[in-house]
Amino acid sequence: MTQIQVEKKVLNENQRLAEELRAKFREHNVLTLNIISSPGSGKTSILERTLESFDKSKRVVVLTGDIQTENDAKRLARFGFPVKQIVTGGTCHLDAKMIEKHLADWPLKNIDLLFIENVGNLVCPSSYDLGEHAKIVMLSVTEGEDKPLKYPSIFAKSELMILNKVDLLPYVPFDAELAKQNARAVHPGMEIVEVSCTKGDGLTQWMEWLDRKAAATFRAQETTA
Amino acid sequence: MHELSIATSILETVEAEAAKRPGSRFVKLGLRIGELAGIDPDALTFGWEALTRDTEFANLALAIEGTPWKNRCPVCASEFVVKDYQSQCPACGEANTRCIGGEELDIAYIEVDEP
Repeated sequence: MTQIQVEKKVLNENQRLAEELRAKFREHNVLTLNIISSPGSGKTSILERTLESFDKSKRVVVLTGDIQTENDAKRLARFGFPVKQIVTGGTCHLDAKMIEKHLADWPLKNIDLLFIENVGNLVCPSSYDLGEHAKIVMLSVTEGEDKPLKYPSIFAKSELMILNKVDLLPYVPFDAELAKQNARAVHPGMEIVEVSCTKGDGLTQWMEWLDRKAAATFRAQETTA
Repeated sequence: MHELSIATSILETVEAEAAKRPGSRFVKLGLRIGELAGIDPDALTFGWEALTRDTEFANLALAIEGTPWKNRCPVCASEFVVKDYQSQCPACGEANTRCIGGEELDIAYIEVDEP
């Protein structure tokens, strides 16, 4: 009996592709954000509010992933920016290959900001690097405040947590302070913004985070270039 | 549930290793799976068995080693296992510690009967 040391990452191929994408995003200064949440937390809603607020000259595009239907792409296309639906046909996450394929006919030199709306799921998307600059996890007050403890991986890996539907706080037994405490137990440095996509609360803070992230990313790239 | 996708990626690596060693029989596959990898070992084993049934790897058993979530303190350099989601440094109290282990999803080794 012989033991062969393999020492390979299972997702080696995904990782390789993700690094290739990251290098391309860097070369063309495309800030790429991967938004992850349970189904129904409001990923599409915050993208609607975000696209709606952008000047039409903004060079922003969206890739939106779902197991079936083109519904989200239709919702997001109304704002006049390029949007493409990735229908995974059963797969519960996006992987780097799907991103590469769906970006193929969009010249990156014409893009400053790429939003990737992942498939609604707090587990599987956390395993797949898409070459993004940051993962953003979204949680809504109609879920449990213990979600960060139940799904620590995605909360540990996300730079920002968006707590959505805060307009419903008076009507649901959700302890926002406890949710934030749980998120910070798993990931002490995580930034948190509280928003209501329907009423508009907190969207200014979210847009400020976006501006800060873009500035920090491009500044870091310039100094290391 | 993405364990079947993960099993498919594992099989691709195993097939590549098998191609390098014609005539060998693979008997055990050692995997290292971290607490933060988001992988359920039972679901992975189930996916692996379903995928390899009726193939030359039908009897290739998975040996899964779970690895704990570990952080390192940037202030006092202690390394510790994170228990109950408490990632604060137990030595000096620093809150903002960094993950250094627990995200593994690796193929560690293959045990082979050489021809």
